[in-house]
Amino acid sequence: MSLDVWSLIVLIFFPALVGILIGFVKNDDNAYRIALATTIALCVPAVALLANFDFSHGGMTQFEHSIPWVPGLGLEFSIGMDSVSLLLILLSVLLGPIVVLASKTAITKDRKMYYAWLTVLQGAMVGVFAAQDLLLFYICFEFTLLPMFILIRKYGSTNRIAASTKFFLYTFTGSMMTLAGLMYVVWFVAQDSQLGRWTLDIAALTHYAGNMTLTEQGWVLAAMLAGFAVKVPLFPVHTWLPLAHTEAPTAGSVILAGVLLKLGTYGFYRFAVPLAPEAFFEYAPLIAILAIIGIIYAGLICWVQDDIKKLVAYSSVSHLGFCILGLTALNVTGFSGSILYMLSHGFSTGGLFLMIGFMYERYHTRDMNTVGGLASKMPVWATFMVFFAMASVGLPGLNGFPSELLCLISAFQSDAAWNAAGEPGAWGASLGPWFAVFAGTGMVIAAMYLLYMVGKICFGAYKEPADYHPHDELPTDLNTREIITLTPLAIGCVLFGLQPTMLLDAISEPVNNTVRIVEQANGIDSQATLSSHYSTGGGLMSSDQVEQLDEISLRHAENPGTEAHVEDLAEIGDSMKSADQSDHDHGGDSHD
Amino acid sequence: MTEKLAILWPEIFLFIGTCLVMLTGQWPSRAIRQFTPWICATALLLAFFAAMTSPPTQGMFPAIVPYAKMIIATVGIMILMLLSGTVDRQLETDVDNGKPFQSIRSNRGEFYAFFMFSLTGLMLTASADDLIWLFLALELTSLPTYIMVAVSREEDSALEASVKYFFLGALGAAIFLYGFALIYGATGSTNLNEIATVFANDGISSIGMIGMLIAVIGVSFKIAAVPMHFYTPDVYQGAASPVSAMLAFVPKTAGFLALMFLLGTVGWKGGHLPIELEATLWIMAALTMTVGNILALLQSSVKRILAYSSIAHSGYMLVGIIAGPGAKGGAFYQNGLAAVLFYLFTYGVMTVGTFAVLASLEHRNGREADHIDDIRGICKSHPVLGWTFVITVLSTLGFPPLLGFIGKLGLFSSGISAGHYALIVVLGINSAIAACYYLRLVAVAYIDDSEKSGDPVYATPFFMRPLAGLVSAGGVILFMIMSGPIVDGALNAATYNAPEQIDHDHDDHHAHDESHDDEVALLDD
Repeated sequence: MSLDVWSLIVLIFFPALVGILIGFVKNDDNAYRIALATTIALCVPAVALLANFDFSHGGMTQFEHSIPWVPGLGLEFSIGMDSVSLLLILLSVLLGPIVVLASKTAITKDRKMYYAWLTVLQGAMVGVFAAQDLLLFYICFEFTLLPMFILIRKYGSTNRIAASTKFFLYTFTGSMMTLAGLMYVVWFVAQDSQLGRWTLDIAALTHYAGNMTLTEQGWVLAAMLAGFAVKVPLFPVHTWLPLAHTEAPTAGSVILAGVLLKLGTYGFYRFAVPLAPEAFFEYAPLIAILAIIGIIYAGLICWVQDDIKKLVAYSSVSHLGFCILGLTALNVTGFSGSILYMLSHGFSTGGLFLMIGFMYERYHTRDMNTVGGLASKMPVWATFMVFFAMASVGLPGLNGFPSELLCLISAFQSDAAWNAAGEPGAWGASLGPWFAVFAGTGMVIAAMYLLYMVGKICFGAYKEPADYHPHDELPTDLNTREIITLTPLAIGCVLFGLQPTMLLDAISEPVNNTVRIVEQANGIDSQATLSSHYSTGGGLMSSDQVEQLDEISLRHAENPGTEAHVEDLAEIGDSMKSADQSDHDHGGDSHD
Repeated sequence: MTEKLAILWPEIFLFIGTCLVMLTGQWPSRAIRQFTPWICATALLLAFFAAMTSPPTQGMFPAIVPYAKMIIATVGIMILMLLSGTVDRQLETDVDNGKPFQSIRSNRGEFYAFFMFSLTGLMLTASADDLIWLFLALELTSLPTYIMVAVSREEDSALEASVKYFFLGALGAAIFLYGFALIYGATGSTNLNEIATVFANDGISSIGMIGMLIAVIGVSFKIAAVPMHFYTPDVYQGAASPVSAMLAFVPKTAGFLALMFLLGTVGWKGGHLPIELEATLWIMAALTMTVGNILALLQSSVKRILAYSSIAHSGYMLVGIIAGPGAKGGAFYQNGLAAVLFYLFTYGVMTVGTFAVLASLEHRNGREADHIDDIRGICKSHPVLGWTFVITVLSTLGFPPLLGFIGKLGLFSSGISAGHYALIVVLGINSAIAACYYLRLVAVAYIDDSEKSGDPVYATPFFMRPLAGLVSAGGVILFMIMSGPIVDGALNAATYNAPEQIDHDHDDHHAHDESHDDEVALLDD
């Protein structure tokens, strides 16, 4: 095993070990120190991975290693990463020290348990992104529920029990369905006509899964959507998120928004699209419509919120709608934009949650009617607040802008007209300008509610709650620790805003690979315009039959002999009949 | 006969142990008296090693004996650890205070003897190849447990539980015996392999099918499946926690083994049981899971929650029974019977741990911990017990990466391979419902603030009980990491040889002709 593989293993298991160790520490202050030291130390292997990663082959799984675990189950401890996974791993590792630092004064009781689970969560998140084995992915994916559940249930605010239960049950129910869908894929690939043995290797599954019929893919997609859409969350299964975000402690909200929601979009990108490529293509407009409803509906809800944490929570629903929109566009622009959004949303929304947390520690309220005009009292805080709000709105030059723009452009380009023009990277015919137009209103709404919030809370006359008294330890404005917490996020916002190409280059290869999987599954050449047939194919015929029809109509166009045409029609008739489940003998053929 | 004897060594060891403990349990000398459980343990260990070397048998399930008996012995030892101190507590205190030992008051000998009898019966069930044998073995498994429930606690509720359990158990036994009789009537044999051959060649007559359905419903008492589940919560709550743990594993395992053998006679042709049986089991499975899980939501007694969860788990395992063994030589994922055999072990390990925690806590007046408030905050007050509880409960929920997850995974994938998608959706939804009450247990024990209301609980003086819990919690983690051999063992044990079909007529390939054959056979009868 190379040093890089060791780094990855350390990133996954070391936090878990430290978590157990923290459980045995006597002093709560030491728990905090150990957690901080660990999360900072974990940046070293993370940076080592970044430095040794070969970005010229970003689509290749690197640092790959697999250890047989349970051969009878085909389960392997198999890890590795392409550039998308690498970036998400870096995001989770970076958020580690930030959330620990941010919790220093916010958490006052049972701090040992808090830091233990926060550290354990770190490892599990890296595990999700690094897993190359389906079951390992699922294990890590599910395991992240437990630490988060505990963080919300134990350290949340007043309504925490309902919030944590809802969070757990929504995601757990969904992921049970996802497990069923994934196991169907595993079973399908294991059949003799496919691979012929049981494997959980994600690459192998991706290779064969496209052979499923459209109906099968549709069900598999539905099962996967049940889990991943809840996690994202997509309208109408988003209702757990505002509650969980509002009740969670600041660190919980930051991790939830920064990484855990991305598990859903990552699931879409890594599993839903490649394992059900035809079905995803078929149903992309439906998913996109849900995403757009989410964008607009959640945006409008934000507008009427008084609770600023709830506002930012709903804004997450709205923003992740863009992320899904980019994925449903099924073209290079869309995937790139979506992945960029996964990363940048972690920075800007994570920043906003930190800001709200810092304010809450001082004023003990999140109601924007009871506090206001904080710029006069807390200028540093207000500066950061305005900054992160602008990043979230999508101000050009900050990180929200390029990703949002790419997602919108991709929806535009995901149209037959663009395809016909042979626009590079513009493939797919599912969406169209109308999708972009409606989603675009979401940007306007985002500007309205975020600016409204910033205006109320930062500017105007100073207001404080009736029972306000200065915090025992914290100064009126942010202290050095809090500024250190915010700085990396702010730098990230600027960097991603000014230099998105850096990231786009890094992820271009895996994105191209994924697009190619979808293209091949749907039998489409990037430059061809055949795709228009498919969107009108409907659910009556299987995709194979549609393909056959296309092939025949092409042949017919080339060679308009009547005899051949009749033969071809009979061929289709036969194939449709054999698809029919009836076991009648071949006697009375009505085509004679 | 010698061939049969060769696989019966584990039972023989257990029986010798049984005879010994009946003597030593009443012995006036305390040292020998207290040696009783160790005799049981020795017998179980010997049985384990004897099972390991057990030769393959003829018939439908040639390799099931070693695996089944090994898991029975393993979980049996864990239950044995848990049973320590259940009986004769007052008596031993009196002896400590200088009173003479009155063997008439002692239950120790009988109690351990019944425990061993029950396990002997369970092992005999695993060796069964005959309806009469199966019936006797099932009854030998159950009858001692009725008494164990009664003597486990010196409270009226235990007696009530015992009586309920006995009468319903007798009803269940009568029902499946009636089914057995009908099967015998239809096939003219009590030998399972011969019955299978008759079914395979002459088709399943309607009498045979009715017998099979009745037998399945009767056996559902053993596994606590709907419609024979009513006794479960009362009996689990009435019995002492260690005995409840035994009830969760022993009759359930016997029932599932019996179901496998019975259904093996009709076989999973083309991956499906005959439609009547499949439909019955399908409905049973769906109802069992749903009823168990929904009623568990409403309980405030931990033992009742576990009882309903035990019902629900039977429902999960029925999915594997419906899915059947899949293609011959197939992987674990498509073999529902392997999944069931694996899950039985998993469930035994997990559930012993959960009950061990309850058994290790009691109120000042000796009343055992049961109410959900009794375990409030035990992770703080009794860290070892608390963590045992959290780990085993999470595993029972099927939370990855614990052992229960692998068990559930097998059931999931075998159901999918067999094409029972709707049932898998029901299973998935039920797992989510189950999450509600398991999470409540975890939250109460670990997360929520431990502001105790009412009577506090204390650790019992029996060192073995928390140790059983520790073994269980350790097993839940360790067997997950090293589940390879168990998975392979379960897969091997689930090898199913479909009964040989003697082809009368070599050129028939049409379903029509076969059904014609059936009619002829019926007329011949």
